Amino acid sequence: MKAFSYERPKTVQEAAQIAAERPNARFIAGGTNLLDLMKLQIETPRTLVDVNRLPLDQVADTGDGGLRVGALVRNSELAAHPRVRREYGVLAKALLAGASGQLRNKATTAGNLLQRTRCYYFHDTTKPCNKRAPGSGCAAIGGYNRIMAVLGASESCIATNPSDMNVALRALDATVETVDAGGAARTIPIADFHRLPGDTPEIETALEPGEIITAVVLPKPVPGTHVYRKVRDRASYAFATVSVAAVIAHEGGRPKAARLAFGGLAHKPWRVEAAEAALVETGQAEAAADRVLEGAKGYGSNDFKIPLTRRTLRAVLAEIA
Amino acid sequence: MDMNQPVGATPLDNRPDGLVGKPIDRYEGRLKVTGRAPYAYEVREPRDPAYGFILGAGIASGRIRALQVGAARRAPGVLYVMTHETVPPQGEKSEQVFPQLQGTEIRHFDQPIAFVVAETFEQARAAAALITVQYDAATPKASLRAALPETFKPKKAQTEPDSALGDFEGAFQAAPVRLDVEYTTPPQIHAQMEPHATIAEWRGDRLVLHTSNQMLNRGRKSIATVLAIPEERVRLVSRYIGGGFGSKLQPQPEAILAALAARVVNRPVKVAMTRQQEFHVATHRTPTIQRVRLGADESGRLSAISHESWSDATPGDQFFETSANVTRSLYAAPNRLTRHRIANLNVPVTSSMRAPGEAVGQLAFECAMDELAERLNLDPIELRVRNEPAQDPEKGVPFTVRQLVPCMREGARLFGWDRRQAAGTRREGRWLVGLGMSAAARLNPLMPSSALVRLNPDGTLTVRMAMTDIGTGTYTILAQIAGEMMGLPVEKIRVEIGDTAYPAAAGSGGSFGAGSAGSALYVACDNLRRALLAKAGMNPEGADFQGGRAVSGNRSEALGDLAGPEGLEARGEIKPGSLKEAFSHYSFGAHFAEVGVDRDTGEVRLRRMLGVFTGGRILNAKTARSQAIGGMTFGVGAALMEDAVMDPRSGTFVNRDLAEYHVPVHADIPAIDAVFLPELDDKANPLKSKGLGELGICGAGAALANAIYNATGVRIRDYPMTLDKVMKGLEEQEGRGARRS
Repeated sequence: MKAFSYERPKTVQEAAQIAAERPNARFIAGGTNLLDLMKLQIETPRTLVDVNRLPLDQVADTGDGGLRVGALVRNSELAAHPRVRREYGVLAKALLAGASGQLRNKATTAGNLLQRTRCYYFHDTTKPCNKRAPGSGCAAIGGYNRIMAVLGASESCIATNPSDMNVALRALDATVETVDAGGAARTIPIADFHRLPGDTPEIETALEPGEIITAVVLPKPVPGTHVYRKVRDRASYAFATVSVAAVIAHEGGRPKAARLAFGGLAHKPWRVEAAEAALVETGQAEAAADRVLEGAKGYGSNDFKIPLTRRTLRAVLAEIA
Repeated sequence: MDMNQPVGATPLDNRPDGLVGKPIDRYEGRLKVTGRAPYAYEVREPRDPAYGFILGAGIASGRIRALQVGAARRAPGVLYVMTHETVPPQGEKSEQVFPQLQGTEIRHFDQPIAFVVAETFEQARAAAALITVQYDAATPKASLRAALPETFKPKKAQTEPDSALGDFEGAFQAAPVRLDVEYTTPPQIHAQMEPHATIAEWRGDRLVLHTSNQMLNRGRKSIATVLAIPEERVRLVSRYIGGGFGSKLQPQPEAILAALAARVVNRPVKVAMTRQQEFHVATHRTPTIQRVRLGADESGRLSAISHESWSDATPGDQFFETSANVTRSLYAAPNRLTRHRIANLNVPVTSSMRAPGEAVGQLAFECAMDELAERLNLDPIELRVRNEPAQDPEKGVPFTVRQLVPCMREGARLFGWDRRQAAGTRREGRWLVGLGMSAAARLNPLMPSSALVRLNPDGTLTVRMAMTDIGTGTYTILAQIAGEMMGLPVEKIRVEIGDTAYPAAAGSGGSFGAGSAGSALYVACDNLRRALLAKAGMNPEGADFQGGRAVSGNRSEALGDLAGPEGLEARGEIKPGSLKEAFSHYSFGAHFAEVGVDRDTGEVRLRRMLGVFTGGRILNAKTARSQAIGGMTFGVGAALMEDAVMDPRSGTFVNRDLAEYHVPVHADIPAIDAVFLPELDDKANPLKSKGLGELGICGAGAALANAIYNATGVRIRDYPMTLDKVMKGLEEQEGRGARRS
């Protein structure tokens, strides 16, 4: 760990300003990911901006039937929130599928959004990694890539976003609210929040330097059956090999409306609206899977994710039907 | 006492309700869970320690061309930077303990190349990151599969690498039913909770190491040899240990580095490995490639058994995984062949881990037996019963006690084995459900040990020996043995272990700890009893010790009074004797597992598991069961998830933390139980006990693998049986089904 300075601002505005002014500043909330990375010198912030005392820890109804989740709401609190449990089941299930009880008690909503990849080579500073050291290459390509992406990857990076929560947020069409150093607020749709790696895998989100997440807004509940199916290597505390967040409404034994988002497949939660349309149109899981997996490419040890996605989707849809 | 003849009646036989065997809670359990049992890194005795941090090589093969340490030396708090250019002179390699920072050659990834000592841990770690290195890198050799053509026969270790009896090749070719299969197991990491850690302190020319170590006397010898100092000047202290699983059988590099640096900075130096360093700086279990060939007649009687195993070793070392050793003793067949070969690769030091040999050997062999049973349409238990040997088939000597068949029978009854269906036929919702079993066998060695007991004037007893407790319950069972021998409650027994200042003991490893150390203590107590009776002039005939008193005839004396104002000491010693070779010494058992396999995703979940074991006299019903289910849990890990993945391009284990290297967690271990059949082994040791520490893992994973087959009809021969492999098998099976229909 490199020496760093530590700031504990009292207002959101102050936090954003410190982060914008200081080079290589990082916000810290639960620290469940950042501290690990700092110990390995993968993250080497010069300033830590502790946001834990900012007033961003409330869950509140929005005026239009949705829910505004403060950036600092802990994963376990969010999963236990009565409205989340009742009306956003896919989110509650995704949260509880992630990490361990201890970690969920610490990890925050914004921190989970910004959780970094588990790519083995990103975590090993003796290996090339374009995400950690831009321009150095990608050791995962041609290496052991069982947990890597099969969709939306590039020649620079085949890392995945490891979050479960993000997949559910994508299915729910959540939006991310932010404030920048100048005090300007903006709203970023979840679809645009996480980026594909392209040539700049080190840039993972749409956030600008100093821009701070204040809340995640869930639109009004999506009717239907909520399922989060996480395919994992052990029963607890394992990242998804593949996961499916599904919200399906049926009518007359056929899907009438469908939301499908996938984890473990790409650098961001993966959602193909055309697949949902195909499902509603044909009622066939295969038709949806074909659309989801369009352009899918394995890199060797992760080839299995392609058939696994198809099989998991089929099983989830059969379960809901 | 040398074990030259079977043990007759002993005081432990007299009292079925005595302390020995009682399910007493572990003495140090509460201390550990409340943070009051200091581990090596937490010992406060050495004052004002400096902190060390190990810098490892970023390549797996080649040479250091240049190394710049200026920035590290100038970094805040730094006291000393030790490299190959500045390291003090050292002695020779001892067993698998290597002198550190020797020259510029890099043999494996993360091999220590510098050691930074600073005022704080953070300063040492930050300074280590400032060291820059230029390498002349060579292409590492790190794939066992690729190196198969250059494997060679290793030097004899504790056992011969090869064995042969009769004419295996001829008998195999002539056998009406033949099985020829290859199984592979991956590299594994011990994954003990407490990392390797040492505080080194020099007191003049004497070295004290507070270090997390399973075998202190062996460790002391290695440290002395590597540092080239007399053994008497080295003291190892290891009072509480947070797991070892074999990785602490020997001192690891951090102990050598701390000892060297502490002398230079003239201050105690403490160091712990990071979790990542545990994967490369410490030892690990080699991968294996195993070929099993079985020849049988139509009734299942084996005529030919062959088990060959290939493993890897770090350059300059010839450690081999003795996968096929247990096969030499397990089933009858007149024609037999076992063989071990190794390749030297650019991998970290391979060494003992959780039942070295048996654990991975039985993963292969016990599945091969299941495959043969399936081929013969025979129940797997029946196949094993038909090949039960009358004596050890290769050694040609009787077993001390062998209750494999009763274990299998009792396990079948308790588990409901008769409900097992044909492969791939039982389904519950999305789950395909299957049952599997395996035999378990583990060598039961006896190691030289000695003990000192001291009866104090207040009637309490102090036990001293350089034994260790790695979380197994040693403190507790030693108190139970001494208590029952002396007629004292455990509260009156003070067990002092974990220090080479005490009489030499076996340490904890190879399932020999309780039997060896416990026997030395038994002998010491027996000697103390005699000495007390003699001192009191009491008739030893019919004498008994109970309720804190010695009783003989119409006399009854309080032990404290007999001890006198000075107290009374006695020593005891145990050594293996002629019985070692005159009998075959094994513990036996049988595992039963029920798994569910998700028919879509291939995820495997254990549903319930039972182990039925024999371990001679059980010293503590609770710690014995805990050890057994702990071993079984590691068997679940080996079957389903444990896999240190080597990237052969860089000689690096890529998944080097406990988020990515999976061991079973609570949610993976549902209903699990272990039971012990009554047994006394009078040829093992005076306690008539057998080793249990590793029996639980032996064969456990094979029972799961066989259950996966029974659930799905898919046979996987590449451990661990992760969902991608199972799903691929299910897909192929569906493809065949589709083509047929």
